[in-house]
Amino acid sequence: MTDKRKMINVFIMGEAQKVPEGSTILNAIEYAGYQLKKGVGCREGFCGACATVYREKGDYKLKGGLACQTVATDGMSLVQIPFVPAEKPVYDMDKITPDINTIKELFPTVFRCLACNTCTKACPQDIQVMDYVQALKQGNIAEAADLSFDCIRCGLCALRCPAEIVQYNAGTLARRLYGKYLAKKSPELIKRVEEIEDGKYDQEIKELKEMNRKDLTEKYYSREIKLDT
Amino acid sequence: MKIPYYPGCTLKSTAKHFEDSAIESAKKIGIEFVELPRWNCCGVVAPLATDDIMRHVAPVRNMIRVLEMNRDGLVKDEKRLLTLCSMCYSTLKRSNLRVNELIDDLDVLNDFMYKEEMNYDGSVKIVHFLEVLKEMGFDKVKDKVVKSLENLNVAAYYGCKLLRPKEIGIDNSEVPIIFEDFISAISANPVDWHNKSKCCGSFLTVDNKEVVVDLGYDILTDAQKSGADIIVTSCPLCAYNLDNRQKNIKEKYPEFKEIPVVYFTQLMALAFGFPKEITGFDGNYINSVKLFKSKNIKV
Repeated sequence: MTDKRKMINVFIMGEAQKVPEGSTILNAIEYAGYQLKKGVGCREGFCGACATVYREKGDYKLKGGLACQTVATDGMSLVQIPFVPAEKPVYDMDKITPDINTIKELFPTVFRCLACNTCTKACPQDIQVMDYVQALKQGNIAEAADLSFDCIRCGLCALRCPAEIVQYNAGTLARRLYGKYLAKKSPELIKRVEEIEDGKYDQEIKELKEMNRKDLTEKYYSREIKLDT
Repeated sequence: MKIPYYPGCTLKSTAKHFEDSAIESAKKIGIEFVELPRWNCCGVVAPLATDDIMRHVAPVRNMIRVLEMNRDGLVKDEKRLLTLCSMCYSTLKRSNLRVNELIDDLDVLNDFMYKEEMNYDGSVKIVHFLEVLKEMGFDKVKDKVVKSLENLNVAAYYGCKLLRPKEIGIDNSEVPIIFEDFISAISANPVDWHNKSKCCGSFLTVDNKEVVVDLGYDILTDAQKSGADIIVTSCPLCAYNLDNRQKNIKEKYPEFKEIPVVYFTQLMALAFGFPKEITGFDGNYINSVKLFKSKNIKV
């Protein structure tokens, strides 16, 4: 059986290949016969493993994207980034504080930011990367955590940064600090964790595990949702 | 009056007392600081090499934010950008001057910042808080003084950044008077002294502390000889070198007597009768409360 779809030309790591029109970059690479062991993950745009660098025909700009979310276009030139060997400082969450001193110590390169915005341009998640780097520079951990929330750690920002900042690892630190020290504590959650640890739900879970699919489905849809007031 | 306000990184961390005292004092005389949305670092050092355009990106991007504030109605026809930190003032103003003089550079910068919604047109005016006060009239400041500082002898430390280079100075770079006028307005006594614009050593504090210690010793002892009880500044780096480094000065010159160094807005807030949460004297390294007590000024 022959493939009736319209084919386009792409250049994968410099080699000309014909792939079906409408393919994602990831599909195009695999269609061309490459087997990816790195540079591929969930295939749903969530995990950040498939960072890709590409250039479209007639454009001088190098762009970044996720291979599973970006559609290949005719004349596109591209390469997969299997891994970004960026610096990742080791720290003990119990021994650091949610303020500028932690940023100074663990990510001193943040203070070299030129505000050039190249990181934001590279981000496939449309995150205002430069803005969260600037927030870190100001010691505003909550703002940095909020702005970097959608980061999937593909590493394209760090690869493009002229100031050699590792934005995504610094953003991760901000979110960890926010979660541990700054976020509003939930008393309900603490109570529920205690209940789970005390085995309050063990019997119920055991019963659910032993149920057949039909009964389980029925039980699920007829469940009563109780809201504590 | 609503005016776009550029805080700068240090005023959000180690110099928070500078910002707090300034914002509250300004409110008292009818100036509302409207913080620039999405502001970024000023760039810290104004590049001198003619081909170093990259370092103008940061300051110019902040100026685009001022245009956006006007577009979005956060301020009304107010293209002035108010600064407190001398370093930010200098960097932003020098960069603004440069892109106004070399229009090709502005084109390059706008082209590079193609993701911004607006181009910069050179129309923003960078101003320092002291200039705004002067323009309003120091009498307006005088009217709001509720706590007299008449027994306090204050040395105004201009440092480098407020006066030099002279194209961007807030006053005559050789014979400045604006800071002294401010001190008189808050009812204190300005003292005349030699080292008011001598360099504090700036960033040498990081890798050549000795230079800063010697310069600081000269500056501080000169102020004391001229009768000053306290020194005011508007630069967080000068404040660090003249205040925190007194520990190191004392180690090298054991006869040295410490002298408080505070931000000018802290004294302003004190004269306006604000509580200690606003004046923020806890934020300075050398204790100034003892001095105020000896002068019968309640903090």
